Amino acid sequence: MRSPLARAIGLGSAREGVRHWWAERISAVALLPLTLWFAASIIAHTGSDYTTFVAWLRTPLVATLMILLLIALFHHTALGLQVVIEDYIHSGGKFAAVIAVRLGCFALAIAGFVATLRIAFSS
Amino acid sequence: MSIHTAKRSRPLSPNVQIYRPQLTSVLSILNRITGVALSGAAVALVIWLLMAAAGPQAYDVVQGAVASWIGQVMLFGTTFAFFLHLCGGIRHLVWDTVHGLELRSIYISGWVVVAASIALTLAAWVISFLMKG
Repeated sequence: MRSPLARAIGLGSAREGVRHWWAERISAVALLPLTLWFAASIIAHTGSDYTTFVAWLRTPLVATLMILLLIALFHHTALGLQVVIEDYIHSGGKFAAVIAVRLGCFALAIAGFVATLRIAFSS
Repeated sequence: MSIHTAKRSRPLSPNVQIYRPQLTSVLSILNRITGVALSGAAVALVIWLLMAAAGPQAYDVVQGAVASWIGQVMLFGTTFAFFLHLCGGIRHLVWDTVHGLELRSIYISGWVVVAASIALTLAAWVISFLMKG
């Protein structure tokens, strides 16, 4: 004997399916100001040399915003690419592709943190 | 007999090859394509940060690649992809609040997304060009 709820749990509609969708929206809302700030900063730095650029990235506010951008960006990228993979790949390669995207996005975000902090804390 | 009937051309349901593209469907797939393209831009962002952390010489290599004509073309494409995905994303967030879902509103917001993306891309490049002096 299994209740209707027990049969539905794990099949995507027992209030679990909304999590991915919701996380994609929250990361999108976070990316609105962060990407616009980044785009405006890059435009303002057109033609800047290395010293000017590093001095900009070293300030605590900029380093913080850069790390927040990396978190929101790679979270959103992983969620979005997962949907694309799940929509078009139906073979056994699907899970491998999703795992590769997840781990790749995680690794890239960490690499971005290290690079940003390296610049921020360099003397 | 059965072979004969199978050969007779039957009307097929519309599919992507013979279906006239509409603003709605084109923007829908473009949001996905630009999203995938921007994943590549996200990788480039990390490479850019790593090269900057490596020092001035490594940073100059990146700046040289960006300044090349192929780098500039890719950067322009990325700018447009970014603004299209941004504006398309805002349109999706508005829809999520159950607003603007009438067919007329969908077409109006669709054209606003196209116009805003082109205008923002051009504005970004004009301002950047003026910053260079």
